[in-house]
Amino acid sequence: MSITIEINGERETVDVAADTPLLWTLRDVIGLTGTKFGCGIAQCGACTVHIDGQPVRSCLLPVGSIGDRKVTTIEGVGATEAGRKIQKAWLGLEVVQCGYCQSGQIMSAAALLAKTPDPNDADIDAAMAGNICRCGTYVRIRAAIKQAARSA
Amino acid sequence: MTRSSSTRTFTRRAMVKATVVASGGFVLGVSMPRLAPAFAAETNADFAPNAFIRIDQDGKVTFTIPQVEMGQGIYTALSMVLAEELDAPFEQVSAVAAPPNDKLYANPLLGFQVTGGSTSVRAFWDPMRIAGAAARAMLVKAAAAKWSVDPASCRTENGAVFHDASAQNATYGELARAAAGLTPPQNPPLKSPANFKLIGKPLKRLDTPDKVNGKAVYGIDARPPGVKIATLASCPVFGGKVAHVNDGAAQSVPGVRQIVVLDDLVAVVGDHMWAAKQGLAALEVTWDEGPNANVTTADVLNGLVAASEKQGAVAKSTGDIAAGLAEGTKLEAAYHVPFLAHAPMEPMNCTVHVQADGCEIWVGNQVLSRTQAIAAEVTGLPIEKVIVHNHLIGGGFGRRLEVDYIAKSVRIAQKVDGPVKVIWTREEDIQQALYRPFYFDRFAASLSNGKITAWSHKIAGSSVLARWAPSTFEDGLDADAVDGAIDFPYDTPNLHVQYVHAEPPGVQTCFWRSVGPGHNIFVIESFVDELAHAAKQDAVVFRRAHLAKEPRLLACLDLAAEKAGWGSALPARVGRGVACQSVFGSYVAAIVAAEVDANGEIAIRRVTAAVDCGTIVNPDSVEAQIQGGLIFGLTAALYNEITIAKGRVQQSNFNNYRMMRINEAPAIDVHLIRNGEAPGGIGEPGTSIAAPALANALFAATGVRFRSLPIDRKQLALGKAA
Repeated sequence: MSITIEINGERETVDVAADTPLLWTLRDVIGLTGTKFGCGIAQCGACTVHIDGQPVRSCLLPVGSIGDRKVTTIEGVGATEAGRKIQKAWLGLEVVQCGYCQSGQIMSAAALLAKTPDPNDADIDAAMAGNICRCGTYVRIRAAIKQAARSA
Repeated sequence: MTRSSSTRTFTRRAMVKATVVASGGFVLGVSMPRLAPAFAAETNADFAPNAFIRIDQDGKVTFTIPQVEMGQGIYTALSMVLAEELDAPFEQVSAVAAPPNDKLYANPLLGFQVTGGSTSVRAFWDPMRIAGAAARAMLVKAAAAKWSVDPASCRTENGAVFHDASAQNATYGELARAAAGLTPPQNPPLKSPANFKLIGKPLKRLDTPDKVNGKAVYGIDARPPGVKIATLASCPVFGGKVAHVNDGAAQSVPGVRQIVVLDDLVAVVGDHMWAAKQGLAALEVTWDEGPNANVTTADVLNGLVAASEKQGAVAKSTGDIAAGLAEGTKLEAAYHVPFLAHAPMEPMNCTVHVQADGCEIWVGNQVLSRTQAIAAEVTGLPIEKVIVHNHLIGGGFGRRLEVDYIAKSVRIAQKVDGPVKVIWTREEDIQQALYRPFYFDRFAASLSNGKITAWSHKIAGSSVLARWAPSTFEDGLDADAVDGAIDFPYDTPNLHVQYVHAEPPGVQTCFWRSVGPGHNIFVIESFVDELAHAAKQDAVVFRRAHLAKEPRLLACLDLAAEKAGWGSALPARVGRGVACQSVFGSYVAAIVAAEVDANGEIAIRRVTAAVDCGTIVNPDSVEAQIQGGLIFGLTAALYNEITIAKGRVQQSNFNNYRMMRINEAPAIDVHLIRNGEAPGGIGEPGTSIAAPALANALFAATGVRFRSLPIDRKQLALGKAA
């Protein structure tokens, strides 16, 4: 069926079943491959996107359930203030190793920063515990979120 | 050359040699790889003096990096080495992945094109310095000829040649065409380390900017025009076959285009992964489970226990072990470690387009020439008809040193018209894999006057090398399985290390980040801790007393102890544990501080690591690798084992193959010791040191000694502690 959603400020119309997860719609149908597949059961956070600014696991989100809500992906998050700050801090502290999980990490961190401008360790734990990094970049993720919070 | 009468250096060299014999011998300190005629012809207008460097006439500098980037920062590290000797402006350098070509891009330490074993900087340090210096010398010669001056009177800086006396200068781009006509010098002068401008500095990585905005392209992101998506299910029992398939329901799933049934697997091809997944779920498959249908983990352990009763191949022997064990107080212990999956965040995947006259592959893999070879073997095509596009790797950890997933993808693609991207679900990724070997270890040691009089270590387990590089498996000895064990750093007059080769039924094993030492350092450093306790000595004091002949390791131990506040008071049920190692050409001591609550739950408070990896190319990358390597090792020690029941892997996804998360991650302090020694490996040392330091900390906190992994929390709960 034909479904129209707004992604990073642009309207996209796709022809998929309504129960198709947003993840595969983004990656395989629209061609936005920055959002990653990691587990398919909302355990790892690699597929995190924003729906109206809230972090959501796109691997379990049916594309037909989105309606008029706005989707932001890693390709578009740099246009938000929190996203820009997070990306800058990620580069400044050289957080990334293989980088595969980092789209999801950045989306979760940007959502945290937008809601909680000066997060403490407990805030960071709560917001980021859903995102697995197999390279073990957690020490730097924590530091980068704090640096982003202090940055202009 | 025998393995039984060697000094450490001798043994390590013998071992390195053993692992490279397969493909042409020991070539450490190799000269610059040969210039391929085709490469030279193609780059007529630009300057490409060797397979690594290209300078366009507009001044653009491109480095072709033979080692694959999987997060370890190798694009940056090798580019720094090249740029250092070339005097190229680092911020204008771009790094690209090398194509498969063993002649041009073989890893000098391992003999073919492979990224693994923490070898990349060690292997390419000399070749990259020579390549950069040779290119620089040619550019200088071209400039000197242009100006009719002595090359020795010219200098280079930041991508240009200067002749100060005549106030002339020219950029590398301007000199590219003239330099391209010159012959590369064989022994160009290398910089003195005192003059390094880049090496040793924490430069920003070349690959990260595109990894924070979604632009980085991993194998799974490849989208050749018309690509379809497939997902697969292999027989859940290793070695089993497809008996019958009913595909009626799958064919009617919207978006499903094709069902592929091969002898050992089924795959569903669709317009997108959702269609493929839904289609696969709708397939009714009956399996012929074959001879491994009843295998359990207990069978594997029992087999290794029995194997460990046998005489093993002697990997190292000094002194008289029988006489040594007869002296003083004798201690014995048995240890074992489980199968482990790699579970990289990017699940296995491979995109393939098979046509009558060629095969094109898009993938991320650590052994590119093997990728090409397996595709040629499966298709029957000549090897030059297989084109491989390598990609950034979303986690390798040894899993992508294998080509099983490429073979399966090519076999599926042979049945599909047009390109197809085959994606493993996470469940398939964990259950249809090759695993870190299950090992069983027996120790015997004796103590006299607080010193280790004798140390006997017998390792029983599968041999990865016997399958992966068969010609290196000689006289029943796997050099990787004993790596770290024959390097026992503590002074003892009687040392005996044996290996018993025993393959588990129905389970294939492969390298896993930290390879042989990943298991050996855990068991050795745990048993050393047992000896210290038996000798009624402090764990650091005991180790220090045996390290007089290992000054670099001793310095790491002293630094880690100082920085961790070793010996200072701790609350109840908080303990510090120490571990030391000398593997991968690097020295590390680590101290873990861990707390155990009444329910046996563990909070790792802090890890303090002191690292001597010789000459440091990029200290920020070294620190990152130690941080990440520690998390990788701690994750496995705390949570991970692959178990087998009814011939099937019981774990399937991150809900039951648990990963450390940010709220569980400790603070990590990394202290680097700087010196001018040869560069050591750094991708794996953090992983191998983690488990023993943790287990020793848990012993200090609770008195419970762990002789197997993962840590069994039930043993740590109050009331059950020993």
